[in-house]
Amino acid sequence: MTATKTDAPVSATRDKRPAPAGEPPGSARSERVSALVQQHGALAVLLVVSLVASFSFDSFATGDNISNMATSSAFLAIVALGMTFVIITGGIDLSVGSLFALGGVLAAWGSRHGTLVALLLPLVVCGAVGVVNGLLVARSRLAPFIVTLAAMLGARGLMLALTDEGANTYLIGKGSFLAELGQGSTLGLGNPVWITLALFVAGAVVLRRTRFGQHVYAVGGNEDAAALMGAPVARTKILVYTLSGVTAGLAGALNAAWLASGVTILGNGMELEAIAAVVIGGTLLTGGLGYVSGALVGVLLLKVIQNVINQIGSLDSSYQQVVSGAFLAVVVVAQTWLGRRRQLM
Amino acid sequence: MAPPAEVLAVRGLSKTFPGVRALDGVDLTLHAGEVHALIGENGAGKSTLIKLLTGVHRADAGDIVFQGRTVSFGTPLEAQKAGISTIYQEVNLIPLLSVARNLFLGREPRNRFGLLDFARMNREAEEALGAYGVRVDVRRPLRSLGVGAQQMVALARAVASEARIVVMDEPTSSLEPREVETLFSVIRRLRDAGIAVIYVSHRLDELYAVCDTVTVLRDGRRVHHGRLAELDRLSLVSTMLGRELGEVRTEGLTKFTGDHHATDAEPVLEARDLKVPHQLHGVSVSIRPGEVVGLGGLLGSGRTETAKAISGALATSSGRVTVAGVPLRAGSTPAAIRAGISLLPEDRKSEGIVPGLSVRENISLAALPRLSRFGLVSEARVDSIVDTFIERLRIKASSPHQKVGELSGGNQQKVLLARWLAMNPKVLLLDEPTRGIDVGAKAEVQKLVDELAADGLGVLLISSDLEELIEGSDRVVVLKDGAVVGELTGDEVTEDKLMRTIAGHAPDGDVLEEAATDG
Amino acid sequence: MAEATLKTVPLDRARVLQWLQTYGVYAGVALLMAVNIVITPHFLSAENFRTQAVQVAPVIIVALGMALVIGTEGVDLSVGAVMALAASVTALYLGYGLLPALLVVAVFAAGIGLANGALVAFVGVQPIVATLALMVGGRGLALVLLPQLEDLRNPALASLGSGDVLGIPYLILIAAVPALLVAFTVRRTTFGRQLLAIGDSRPAAQLAGLPVRRVLIVVYVVCALLAAVAGVLATARLGASDPTSLGNLMELSAITAVVVGGTPLTGGRVNIAGTVAGAVLIQLLTATLIEHDLPPSWTQIAQAVVIVCAVYAARGRGKR
Repeated sequence: MTATKTDAPVSATRDKRPAPAGEPPGSARSERVSALVQQHGALAVLLVVSLVASFSFDSFATGDNISNMATSSAFLAIVALGMTFVIITGGIDLSVGSLFALGGVLAAWGSRHGTLVALLLPLVVCGAVGVVNGLLVARSRLAPFIVTLAAMLGARGLMLALTDEGANTYLIGKGSFLAELGQGSTLGLGNPVWITLALFVAGAVVLRRTRFGQHVYAVGGNEDAAALMGAPVARTKILVYTLSGVTAGLAGALNAAWLASGVTILGNGMELEAIAAVVIGGTLLTGGLGYVSGALVGVLLLKVIQNVINQIGSLDSSYQQVVSGAFLAVVVVAQTWLGRRRQLM
Repeated sequence: MAPPAEVLAVRGLSKTFPGVRALDGVDLTLHAGEVHALIGENGAGKSTLIKLLTGVHRADAGDIVFQGRTVSFGTPLEAQKAGISTIYQEVNLIPLLSVARNLFLGREPRNRFGLLDFARMNREAEEALGAYGVRVDVRRPLRSLGVGAQQMVALARAVASEARIVVMDEPTSSLEPREVETLFSVIRRLRDAGIAVIYVSHRLDELYAVCDTVTVLRDGRRVHHGRLAELDRLSLVSTMLGRELGEVRTEGLTKFTGDHHATDAEPVLEARDLKVPHQLHGVSVSIRPGEVVGLGGLLGSGRTETAKAISGALATSSGRVTVAGVPLRAGSTPAAIRAGISLLPEDRKSEGIVPGLSVRENISLAALPRLSRFGLVSEARVDSIVDTFIERLRIKASSPHQKVGELSGGNQQKVLLARWLAMNPKVLLLDEPTRGIDVGAKAEVQKLVDELAADGLGVLLISSDLEELIEGSDRVVVLKDGAVVGELTGDEVTEDKLMRTIAGHAPDGDVLEEAATDG
Repeated sequence: MAEATLKTVPLDRARVLQWLQTYGVYAGVALLMAVNIVITPHFLSAENFRTQAVQVAPVIIVALGMALVIGTEGVDLSVGAVMALAASVTALYLGYGLLPALLVVAVFAAGIGLANGALVAFVGVQPIVATLALMVGGRGLALVLLPQLEDLRNPALASLGSGDVLGIPYLILIAAVPALLVAFTVRRTTFGRQLLAIGDSRPAAQLAGLPVRRVLIVVYVVCALLAAVAGVLATARLGASDPTSLGNLMELSAITAVVVGGTPLTGGRVNIAGTVAGAVLIQLLTATLIEHDLPPSWTQIAQAVVIVCAVYAARGRGKR
């Protein structure tokens, strides 16, 4: 009821109106603050960490290091992009790590049959796994975590079957279009970075500016209400798992192109990194709220911390996981508390 | 002016759920621009009727003629598309999406690239809501609005989807008085636009403020319909509750003997000034040992909330509960139970029984720590307690190991009573103890309550069954809109007096203002 | 309001499902045994039984804790990470003797369980999400403590992994103890009944005054401790501490064993004997496939299919 000084003009105009069926008094500001923290908290942390790092380590803010960080972030970022959609619908996709590895192997294997096969095969196969995930979640109503956990196992099995139980590493020929796509650079940044940026712009447009995007938010926000309001709940879920499969496969393919081979041991634990990045970036794990840009910031934050840990030298790179886990726990607790406070208001 | 067109004609609508005839040959006619009150106590069939109209359930018999065509909706979405929209008690929108996006979900304006045109969407949303006197930043998430404003958004959405009928299911249950006013002005505007409204509420003041016509349901049948203005409050209440005014009381309809008269002892339970935001506005109740205190009032008057607040299951913003003079830690169910308070919840199936566990495990659940040594359950002691209560309450189960979920309602209720009696409570809070159970079990439960009171327990009895409340209680505290509006003692404990207290107290607006001061 | 007359319709399909739910897993084990006796040479040898039993023991131990968590309508994804953590802590503190090392392991595991339980019970985070955070962080911590595989030369630990009494490996005896204890707890203790009530209907349990939060925390701590035991045993058997790969996908194996064994993911019921049989079933399936020269890749795919089928079949049961 008591308007604070800072937003006095706003509340003054509001007060002039006769008995508007308005908002609960006093909550507007705290709502805005918590929304701000939710959306941009990770960005602020990223800037602070980067700033401190560039003062502390001479080799941090160099062009080489930044370019390296950007390229190594690109693949995880693409995976996190698809994951963002899944998590906003209130689901989770634990199969992306395996699909990432599978995508890489398929691209390398397919590169012997031409660029088109090399690019399309991972997308089609990983997308198909995503479709199966989506069908089991949306139509059979099985818990997403168990479905995608099984898919993780299945996809890894498929990848091993393709590579003689992991003994066979397919190579991507030098000078091929695929190799150029992964290893070349434009304007000082690696091609994968540009591709990632383009995908994020597209992802943001899809999520924010299309009906499908609205449905993604609606399904995660309140599934029953979304169905009552006419949103195609099952179709939306199937599409997001498909999208997640496709992005994981694409990221794997690009990574293989970058490494010039389909490495079979990659992708372990990548699903957890992707989830951590998405959630740290401000997407609610319970669904209904999230940002594509947040996923990018979350990935960068994780990679910068990893870089810092590497720079310190005396620290083992496994600290990265501890930091991710701790970050995840803190963010989740904060989200739960913020969410509960809002309910009380 | 030509007589308004008939938009809806319901004829002979019936619906049976397993064991219950929820709706029995109900008729309902609705004209364009009519605001129609649909009222009745719990179990009268209101919600079943609404669910049939909006496609949640399908009728067993009868016709729904909507705008001249016989319809049968399979889903709420179909009904909505045809032009019957529902505003639920709980707002059914997406809380995290912006106001404008909620308003336009599924029919967003798009620009020439096929992308959503937010500028236009926000502008149109502001205009649409402005028409209802709601001026908010439509880009903010829906949940940042008050419940009233959220309801306006739901309403605007319903109307924008070209609804011909808007069903409002207790739309004001969580609104502030000024929000109620705004809602009323919107309803009047809908009426002027020729949209029919079915208005469900238990607040008599509201009904008389906005409704033109009324249908009263009781036990699945239509017991009254006509113009609301021709029915005064008292008649409305008596029609709804099914008791004639001035009717000679026929004693002995229930199993209550009523011969346990309260002692002059100190109260075993004292609740002072309980407040829960939006629900209770300072309720006080005291119960002496051996006394059965009835809690009267219509649905939504705060009876269940009072019981829950006393037992620590509902967090209070202020107030104090003492048991035998000892103050109780607020908001803690275990503390209340230790102090000797036992609550038989209204929602037996989801808050009372543990359906997958056996009769034996359900009965011993709360008393387990007392029946165990070093954390090991003493099966012999459990058996003896379980056997005692199965016999004493005459619980009919194939064996103590049968799952409670498979029992009849009456036996489930007896299992819950046994669970609490095993705790040797001082106070029993009984919330609708005989609802939905068969006649035989009902009589047994009533008799048992009598016996328990005679043994010196304090009992708080909540019942929508007026006979049960009047005959069972030594004293009745009457609630309305979350506040105590009267107390009947001694010879005053009659149905007549109770109905008068419910209907007569507080002329228009009075209670609302009272509530407002607590806001 | 709508009083359902709960007369069970004599539906044959429902009866079949009911039967499958209770005895399906044993029938599956019996069937696989029968098939193997026919097609696998030396299947009935004592040596083969020993091998199978030793391999399945850690899975059983983890699955026991998982069964308790699932009984409360939760899930614990961090069990694999706890195994890895147990392995690295064992390696670090083995210098002080086996017993002190085990005590430190127990402290670490209890810490993880406590964190899981507190997140679930007090903060109100969904179990999947809470244990996911500990899954990420726990494995990281294990690797920070011990970055790579380390051979362990401790006679006591070695005998734990490979010793036996009267031909029965310690591993099996050690797995049997928690199995019996957990089964006893579920059936006979206050705690067990409270756990089931909470899993079946949290609101009813709360209104009945049960210590809901305490029970949840204890359940997650017990689950973590059991995972740690499995981690130590697996390490003892390997004769090396391998925090990188030990316990990978263990959460999946454990959940599968529990679900296949007839414990619904919706909580309120725990079937310990079924869980043990479930673990055995999966072990036999894997062993059969490997024995007949199907590569690990196909084993994994087969396992994935079994999991999805088991969860799909269990889907109907949970809804009463």
